[in-house]
Amino acid sequence: MTATSVIELLRQQIESCEAQLRDLRQQLAEAEHDQQQEQTHDRLRHATDPHGDPLGHDMNFGIHDDFRSEVFAALSHVEADKPSAPRWPLDKSEYKRYGRQLIMPEIGLQGQLRLKNASVLIVGVGGLGCPAAAYLVGAGVGILGLIDGDTVEESNLHRQILHSTGRVGMTKVDSARIALNSLNPNVKLVAHTSHLTPESAIRILQLYDIILDCTDTPASRYLISDTCVLLGKPLVSASALRTEGQLMVLNNPPLRAGDSRGGPCYRCVFPKPPPPESVVTCGDGGILGPVVGVMGILQALEAIKLLTRNAQPPLTSEPMLAQPSDPPSLLIFSAYANPMFRSIRLRTRKPKCAACSAQASVTAKALESGSLDYVQFCGTVNPVDALSPSERISVDNYAKLRLAINPFTGMEPSKESHILVDVREKVQYDLCSLEGSINIPFSMVSHTSSHPYNEGNGRQQGAEEQTWVSSLRAYPDKPIVVICRRGNDSQITVRKMKELGLDNGGQRWIGDIKGGLKAWGQTVDRDFPDY
Amino acid sequence: MGNIKFSVEFSGGLQDLFGQKKIPIPSDKNEDQIQLPKLLPGESLKLKHVIDGLAAKLKGRNAKLKLFVQGDKGFYEVTPGILVLINDSDWELEGEYEYEIQSGDQVLFVSTLHGG
Ligand SMILES: [Zn+2]
Repeated sequence: MTATSVIELLRQQIESCEAQLRDLRQQLAEAEHDQQQEQTHDRLRHATDPHGDPLGHDMNFGIHDDFRSEVFAALSHVEADKPSAPRWPLDKSEYKRYGRQLIMPEIGLQGQLRLKNASVLIVGVGGLGCPAAAYLVGAGVGILGLIDGDTVEESNLHRQILHSTGRVGMTKVDSARIALNSLNPNVKLVAHTSHLTPESAIRILQLYDIILDCTDTPASRYLISDTCVLLGKPLVSASALRTEGQLMVLNNPPLRAGDSRGGPCYRCVFPKPPPPESVVTCGDGGILGPVVGVMGILQALEAIKLLTRNAQPPLTSEPMLAQPSDPPSLLIFSAYANPMFRSIRLRTRKPKCAACSAQASVTAKALESGSLDYVQFCGTVNPVDALSPSERISVDNYAKLRLAINPFTGMEPSKESHILVDVREKVQYDLCSLEGSINIPFSMVSHTSSHPYNEGNGRQQGAEEQTWVSSLRAYPDKPIVVICRRGNDSQITVRKMKELGLDNGGQRWIGDIKGGLKAWGQTVDRDFPDY
Repeated sequence: MGNIKFSVEFSGGLQDLFGQKKIPIPSDKNEDQIQLPKLLPGESLKLKHVIDGLAAKLKGRNAKLKLFVQGDKGFYEVTPGILVLINDSDWELEGEYEYEIQSGDQVLFVSTLHGG
């Protein structure tokens, strides 16, 4: 690393820390302000208390702070235990805060009390979890648990609305706590700052009434669903990618395994995990902020509906079962379709489901012992390893080829000496690219059959797809260097080019750049955008 | 089956696989046409025939084909993670592969999303 880059790095770090400090100071000021107000309220309450406050005037004199707060805690505890003490079922400030939802027949006083007595767990404090948490805290649920093991990254901020620029690097759970606490200090927030594991799932999920799956991998989705079935908790599951989202309320009603009247679980709908190579992350596929936001908000909505079900007719003993649940359905949101929403009727519980049927093999014992390996069950994508070392070039060597004078011949480098093919999709290529490169999107490469003149397939392909092949064929002597975002698609492209015979039986060198543009940005050109 | 008209739709990313959100069958566009078997009199078009026809469009592009169907058992099965819906209803309620296509049917293939 050169001296200048160290300086630059330190500057950036200082800037980020200062931003974080500013943010913390503001949070502190807000928290202090809130506390002050609360104390004023308390003092006023005590002053108007007809029984008076027996220790009131001593409070500020001669009594140790710790003792004082202990006494206060004891007093308030006694007050809470007295059934006749509060004049109204909700605090005066709660009437004001929740007034707009209190006057709705769907909520009303009973609904608000249900929310206040409820605990909800959000697994994953990202694009879904942030808006879901914000609305549930806003609505006044009693306890909100947050699980996430990640820290806030800059690329999260366009959609993960609880986090902020100053809190990049902080754990997502802590960042969310700060935002949620300033939104509604009445809600008790419980932090779980590591990822959910099979060993910890039962212990954590059993503390809550409803679980929201806001995670982003199949493994966590199966784990959460299995645990919900074992514990008899309804599960609100959502996901999003690019411009689409999906929402399901699972295990609702949450009847015991084997009871066919219970709602289907994730395994009923998806008995087998998808092949790992079909799982696209937001980092690779992209995500529009409001799309995942809509889905997270719908999760909060479904949770509120579940918690306040039958709140208006007089309370019945078992709120979740009093009224038949909505039939199981999958809501599909598609931002660029018309209509944008579509609801699909799902199957009921699967008679042989591994989790929720009478023959279930997923048991609490198996889960807690760690014998269920969810990551293995869902599989992982092996890194692409399609080329031999002689077909690959490091970014450093490619930089020399491009930028440096050849030490042996003393020749100026020439970008014309080879063809640099960038196989990222056009939209990414347009963001930033290396000078002199040509763009052949990977979708076009993979659309091209390796045996174009076999069967009927070759003729069916559009002329466009063949153009890239023939244009490369037109320069049979120039080596072809292929680059992509991370160095995977480039390898597959090299293979394809050779299958198409573009290497003239080995006469022409075709290879790729190891690590792609990401590595280029990290080691050669630090100004190259990382997106 | 000459007079059966139905449609196939894709969601959850499968539309990128086929380059289409919706394919009417029969299609007026030649490149969208899918190959369906010649049926004997009295035989009816089943969902499995439609799946085979769609899979044929992805032939020669193995990586993509596997995202739609798996052929390990000697016949095409829809890849796990894809829901098949007939007129907005889970196909398990309708007979799955053996479902007999009716005129006006909407068949929807939805790939599950995982991002969050
Ligand atoms: Zn199940």
